Amino acid sequence: MAVKELLAKYTRMEKLPHIWCAGCGHGIILGSVLRAIQRQNLDPFKTTVVSGIGCSSRAPGYMKFDTLHTTHGRALAFATGVKLARPELKVIVLTGDGDCAAIGGNHLIHAARRNIDLTTVVFNNSIYGMTSGQYSPLTPHKRYATTAPYGNVDHPFDLCELVKAAGATYVARGTVYHTQMLIDLIAKGIEHKGFSFIEVVTNCPTYFGRKNKMGSAVDMLNWLKEHAVPVKAAAKLPPEKLADKFVIGELHRGERPEYVEEYQRIIDGLKGE
Amino acid sequence: MGENDRQAVLMSGNEACVEGALLAGIRFFAGYPITPSTEIAEGLAKRLPRYGGKFIQMEDEIASMAAVVGASLAGAKAMTATSGPGFSLKQENIGFAAMAEVPCVVVNVQRFGPSTGLPTSPAQGDIMQARWGTHGDHPVIALMPASVQECLTLTVEAFNLAEEYRTPVILLMDEVVGHMREGILLPRKEEIVLKERKKPTVPPEEYLPYKADPDGIPPMANFGDGYRYHVTGLVHDETGFPRGRGIDGDRLVRRLVNKVKDNFVPMVEEYLTEDAEIAVVACGSVARSAKRAVDLGREQGIKVGLVRPISIWPFPEKVIRDLAEKVKAFVVPEMNLGQVVLEVERCACGKAGVYGLNRIDAELITPDEILTKIQEVK
Repeated sequence: MAVKELLAKYTRMEKLPHIWCAGCGHGIILGSVLRAIQRQNLDPFKTTVVSGIGCSSRAPGYMKFDTLHTTHGRALAFATGVKLARPELKVIVLTGDGDCAAIGGNHLIHAARRNIDLTTVVFNNSIYGMTSGQYSPLTPHKRYATTAPYGNVDHPFDLCELVKAAGATYVARGTVYHTQMLIDLIAKGIEHKGFSFIEVVTNCPTYFGRKNKMGSAVDMLNWLKEHAVPVKAAAKLPPEKLADKFVIGELHRGERPEYVEEYQRIIDGLKGE
Repeated sequence: MGENDRQAVLMSGNEACVEGALLAGIRFFAGYPITPSTEIAEGLAKRLPRYGGKFIQMEDEIASMAAVVGASLAGAKAMTATSGPGFSLKQENIGFAAMAEVPCVVVNVQRFGPSTGLPTSPAQGDIMQARWGTHGDHPVIALMPASVQECLTLTVEAFNLAEEYRTPVILLMDEVVGHMREGILLPRKEEIVLKERKKPTVPPEEYLPYKADPDGIPPMANFGDGYRYHVTGLVHDETGFPRGRGIDGDRLVRRLVNKVKDNFVPMVEEYLTEDAEIAVVACGSVARSAKRAVDLGREQGIKVGLVRPISIWPFPEKVIRDLAEKVKAFVVPEMNLGQVVLEVERCACGKAGVYGLNRIDAELITPDEILTKIQEVK
């Protein structure tokens, strides 16, 4: 589908242009989510997109579905209510690294533990962009932020490992450089029944890039290209070669009963009494 | 259809709240265990799936409030129940529900605070938190039951008001009414009048989700009904999309506050106030002691009456203002250090004396204490 048709079908054209900075990778993620929705042929009237607070969470405003822009960190908890109350809806959650890994961290692990049928896409730009560049739980050690003027003391989460351990049944990581792979990873996440989680490493040239002298938006995309290692290639590399790299691709698939279906079985079982 | 048709049962206020919620058509409950409200969650965990509804114990209080708002947007009548510390945590998303105009019911079975306080002991310390707990100006409807029967009827009323006004409604119980067991009459299903949220009458392409009718309340489409609209906690215009000017915030928040202020008639019980020279103003469980004290006072020839705000918010201002013209004094017993008394003082405008009677030792105020106060001020 040509871009114009894609936009006409799935976006609120009148709300464009978006609010994101020049060079920001978030638009690439939004485009990839829309292409994945189109690939999975979701019913636009039966799809709900939920977000929290932050740069990432402005994405649903541009999307022509039922869209819910909630409170900081709480998108998954709101989405859980939507999905349980109306299981026929496809519910997609768009969130950021600060939103879902810091203030929303508890909701993230519990949504994963329940294996509830939500597709979560994390816009990971390693920084709080909306508030102008504070460190997040995904800011690497020793990197700079307005609240880490001497280098970040914290060490970051590996979010994919976290949600895998918590019980997510589809876990993937992509980048805004590898767009075809990203569309594919999100489409598979949408297709998957259960809690699916896609971390997207994206660039914030305005705050993270500038603070850490990473150059232009294009330089940052090249950085992603050079530091992302596909999962198959990573399997063949010794750990020292992966030290400053991160792995992309489908990282985990599990089989477990899905939460809403399990609850429905209880309802159906009680009907017989 | 007389009273004889109704089933008489013995139950606690928390159990009656469960019955009321089911009669009101609840289809979603999200909660988190907390004393002294837990029986409400336990009751609905057991009962809701039998009605095709959903119960979920969330990871925390914040999440349960969020899930309730999400479920309501998807069309389910939704409720959560908590107590003091949990009520504090829920404030964030109560504010969201007020701003985004999402109907829902929040039960707070008040306990002794602040902080963990005395978890199993009664108090009425959350009167002002129910009014001002979330940040910013916002509409509030909060109801205070004084009996087990009323825990049932006011739960139904809370759902009706939430649907009618598109706003969170707080059922402000206290530990005494929550755990007290009384015989009540279960209303028959056909006796219950239910209200449902206004639905849009225009096709989706013409739907403006936050364009209010003349009553200040916009019709509400449920997610999945084909209207595809945007909901946000940011200041928004009639389209539902963010608008960042101060004037947009002014317009929106005034409408939110006024839709309740202009339409809601405060609920109040008056007892022997016609000729009263002294009026006791009491809510919740304390109103039971107050009624007894009024009877005892009358036996002694004291012209005393009772005003019981059933809706503590909006506060029954007019009743107090009118009484202030006639009575000599108000006595305001409450299980806190003086919250309702501030409203009574405000409404009395200095036209009558206002005397608080306060206990915060986790004991219910007795009729004798109230009577003694009445005798002092007469």
